[in-house]
Amino acid sequence: MEQPKKILNASGLSIGYKSKSHQIVIAQNLNIDLENGKLIALVGANGIGKSTLLRTLTGIQKPLGGTVALNGRDIFSYQPLDLAQNLSLVLTESLPPSNLTVFELIALGRQPYTNWLGKLSNDDLEKVNEAIALTHIEHLIDKRHYEISDGQLQVVLIARALAQDTPLIILDEPTTHLDLFHKVSVFKLLKKLSKETNKCILFSTHDIDLAIQLSDEMIVMTEDFVEQDQPCNLIRKGVFDNIFKDESLFFDKEKGKFSFKNL
Amino acid sequence: MKNRNSILFSGLSLLLLAVFVLNISFGQVAIPMKEVFRSLLGGESSKETWEYIIINFRLPKAITAVLVGVGLSISGLLMQTLFRNPLAGPYVLGLSSGSSLGVAFVILGAGLLPAVFSQFLLSSYGIILASCIGSSLVLLMILVVSQRLRDTMSILIVGLMFSSFTSAIVSVFSYFSTAEQLQKYTFWSMGSIGNISWTNIAILAICVFIGLLLSLLSLKSLDALLLGENYAKSMGLNISKARYIIIFATSILAGSITAFAGPIAFIGLAVPHLGKLLFKTSNHKILFAGTFFIGSIIMLLCDTVSQMPGFDFTLPINAITSIIGAPMVIWLIVSRKNKNSVI
Repeated sequence: MEQPKKILNASGLSIGYKSKSHQIVIAQNLNIDLENGKLIALVGANGIGKSTLLRTLTGIQKPLGGTVALNGRDIFSYQPLDLAQNLSLVLTESLPPSNLTVFELIALGRQPYTNWLGKLSNDDLEKVNEAIALTHIEHLIDKRHYEISDGQLQVVLIARALAQDTPLIILDEPTTHLDLFHKVSVFKLLKKLSKETNKCILFSTHDIDLAIQLSDEMIVMTEDFVEQDQPCNLIRKGVFDNIFKDESLFFDKEKGKFSFKNL
Repeated sequence: MKNRNSILFSGLSLLLLAVFVLNISFGQVAIPMKEVFRSLLGGESSKETWEYIIINFRLPKAITAVLVGVGLSISGLLMQTLFRNPLAGPYVLGLSSGSSLGVAFVILGAGLLPAVFSQFLLSSYGIILASCIGSSLVLLMILVVSQRLRDTMSILIVGLMFSSFTSAIVSVFSYFSTAEQLQKYTFWSMGSIGNISWTNIAILAICVFIGLLLSLLSLKSLDALLLGENYAKSMGLNISKARYIIIFATSILAGSITAFAGPIAFIGLAVPHLGKLLFKTSNHKILFAGTFFIGSIIMLLCDTVSQMPGFDFTLPINAITSIIGAPMVIWLIVSRKNKNSVI
């Protein structure tokens, strides 16, 4: 087993929005390390700033302070094409209407590598087929993207990110709108991919108990602090008690999940 | 799939050839088919007038029809992907009205300017320039609005409003212009692809060629945009650059064509749909080629119909494209089964 390699590192990061007169700080002094071969979950209550953090880590939004380094280089110094070869995304937004087949959709992941006409080389086709095989969606490739279920589409979008062949994949809430069965299968797929491809996979989620069971590390965002550690350490430290500001919800350390009080 | 496409493309190219010859052989003067071929292939025709009619009237008109059909259809294809809107097209979004405004400004307003300027403005270059500026201004405004309105239907309404706005300005202009100017403008606005000299065809061909070249360069970006702007960006696409190239291509296509042929309705909206329906794909490389053929075939057919073989008058081409195009678009909207699919 080779040494884990740091792929993305954020230090002294403060995130938020700047307007002309003042700035709104959402979180400050964050230190985050993303290493290869790891599945990392980002959790926190609604509105706590998970999306802002992801936007900052993916180079879409400038931080108010601190640095984000991808492969040891400031993420904002990357050219778009260069960045696309190092970081791929799976977003929550729905796809615009089109006649794209699943295969074509996955093949679009090769755009950072193809020529001006977007022609797929043999190498590109190999990567696309590899992504299809890893996610076991051979039976879907000739379907149109609107003909498959939400759960299947999510897997297809993950396959597209795989085809982009980047050391880091970031997913924004990949399991929202899915039933428990499909949530678990997406999580297991992500876990398998992080091990088999040695990529680093970061995803945000509201399924905290599933994330505790399946992820290697978690980043927990609360109003007062942001903490990154292994799930068992986070439980021991009692970090999860601080996620929701609600007296009737508490984190059951024994069961590893949230329960109601006074029921 | 590959096989099906090559069959379709060979079929379309044969059809294009047939329609092209058909278009040339029909007209107010009946010319036997044999003579048409003879003139086209450079041989001597038995009547000199026939040869003259074919070389100087019918051939330029057929070539213009091809340029107009191809250019408008491709610009519609680009706009439908750029605006993520299956109903986008140069006419519906008001680009043609923008061009009309530019041309109205030149034809109806040139008298207000010193003679040096008006002479340049009334030349074909001036009209093209005004027309392109008009269409690109409207396109830019629609783009600004579409950044604020994510809802695709509202963009169409905004396009409609631009059309009303420009036609209002045109009526103000016409109130102040002479009968002669007004007549010139009215004839232009009915659309005509006849009576265009070889020099002007060359200018139009260059503009269309530039537009098509830029569209070719945009095919990869257009494919990326099928997943939405954020995905496209994450795949390394420089969105603003890609968008400017697409806008420029669309404006030069719609602008130059409208300058010469007048505002021609529905070709830009309907033809890309026919392409998508026929080839069942969103791959822009295939759609580009498909739209190219279908656009020229449809435009040649519309022109053949507008000549009214057997009668001694010609209908305005804009009327024909609207009569055929409008019901087709309604049918497309009503018959689309899946909300998410293009048609």
